[in-house]
Amino acid sequence: MLKGSGRKNFSFSLTDVVSISDFGRADIEAVLEKAAAMERMPREKKLKLLRGRAVASLFFEPSTRTRLSFETAIQNLGASVIGFADANVSSVKKGETLSDTIRVVSGYADIIIMRHYIEGAARLASEVSNKPIINAGDGANQHPTQTLLDLYTIKKAFGRIDGLTIGLLGDLKYGRTVHSLAQALSLFDNIKLAFIAPDELAMPQHIKERIAHKVSFEEHAELSSVLSELDVLYVTRIQKERFADPAEYERLKDRYVVDRKALQGAKETLKVMHPLPRVNELSYDVDSTKHALYFEQARNGVPVREALLVLLKDVRKW
Amino acid sequence: MVKKTEKGLYIKPIRSGTTIDHLPAGTALKVLKIVGKAENAITVAIRVPSRKLGVKDLVFVENKTLNEEQLAKIALIAPNATVNIIENNEVKQKIHLQTPKEVHGILECINPNCITNKENIPSKFYINEQGMAKCHYCERIMTREEYSVRIRV
Ligand SMILES: [Zn+2]
Repeated sequence: MLKGSGRKNFSFSLTDVVSISDFGRADIEAVLEKAAAMERMPREKKLKLLRGRAVASLFFEPSTRTRLSFETAIQNLGASVIGFADANVSSVKKGETLSDTIRVVSGYADIIIMRHYIEGAARLASEVSNKPIINAGDGANQHPTQTLLDLYTIKKAFGRIDGLTIGLLGDLKYGRTVHSLAQALSLFDNIKLAFIAPDELAMPQHIKERIAHKVSFEEHAELSSVLSELDVLYVTRIQKERFADPAEYERLKDRYVVDRKALQGAKETLKVMHPLPRVNELSYDVDSTKHALYFEQARNGVPVREALLVLLKDVRKW
Repeated sequence: MVKKTEKGLYIKPIRSGTTIDHLPAGTALKVLKIVGKAENAITVAIRVPSRKLGVKDLVFVENKTLNEEQLAKIALIAPNATVNIIENNEVKQKIHLQTPKEVHGILECINPNCITNKENIPSKFYINEQGMAKCHYCERIMTREEYSVRIRV
């Protein structure tokens, strides 16, 4: 098929964006296609898409980056934002149940974006709200819009996702980002995954089982043993708060440092991604190389979130 | 089943009620909790020799049949147990235990930060073919060992 003629108008079947596990390939393709359309669309036209609508942005747990990205998307579409950036300053602190808060807000808003420190909060919200819920992170569980923007970034950089060899590096044990990404990539064809982590932070068995029959993967202790095969290197941060033993964190935190030197021997076309913020695992000296894709990746959050808002804007569940 | 036990003499057969046989060793006390409410005589045998399992546990409940929920709970702990309904010293019905694919309000989530442990909502789990239970809300996966001790009784 000729490039550019491949638009298939995938249909989006979901009423909420709670977990990447709910997505089929067609749902993902529909989001990526819509995100590309958002990027092509003139600003004035985009501003009319959600004009007169209200989108709730409920951040029970603060996350400035994610919130700004969503709120930019909301404003680009001409909708108004209601909500709060921190549950500590809202009435939520006064002991109202999550179910009640969501029921009330669903009376005002057309779509509810929420981030919560409790795992499963977004799923519960999706069951009590007749308006769509977009999960902007529920504790250590899911952050599906991150995965979608990761996929969009890959698709944009390579023109495809099928057939790529993708390395995931860092904390693969606790990192929800890499779990969701591995799961989503398993919906594509001929993907090869390389899990690069120390034994202590290896990809959990249950994730490997879930993707085993759909995708091929290898495990490596060193980046150098697989670097030359990679199309994408997805670097993640090793998070201090995940460790019960601070000594273990100290021992592992600088286990991998991706810098120019570490990337010697990579394909010319290798792209390095990172969900940001970074600490030491990704050196600033990579920023000016042609491998760096992570700032572009962060920017892609906006069109992907615009796409979701547009796809969900008329959903009424009951 | 009753006959074999008679030969072994580890546990006295019952005239009528329910026998739960071939329980993995160590699960009898959990089953006992599920069967609960001792208006009936209950006999328990722990770690008796078994041709099938090496050692096994047994629970005999006199004059009582189990309801669907109790059977589902036993299936979660011991999917290969043999449950027979006994009437007049005879096996009246062999019950085929089936691990439910979905359980509501029965298991407690292992994740203390799960919404089901924070707000008063019924839990919901999906059980896969390997017997692993996935929380509908927080998506944490529990092994049979983990959820066997988290059955609400
Ligand atoms: Zn849970």
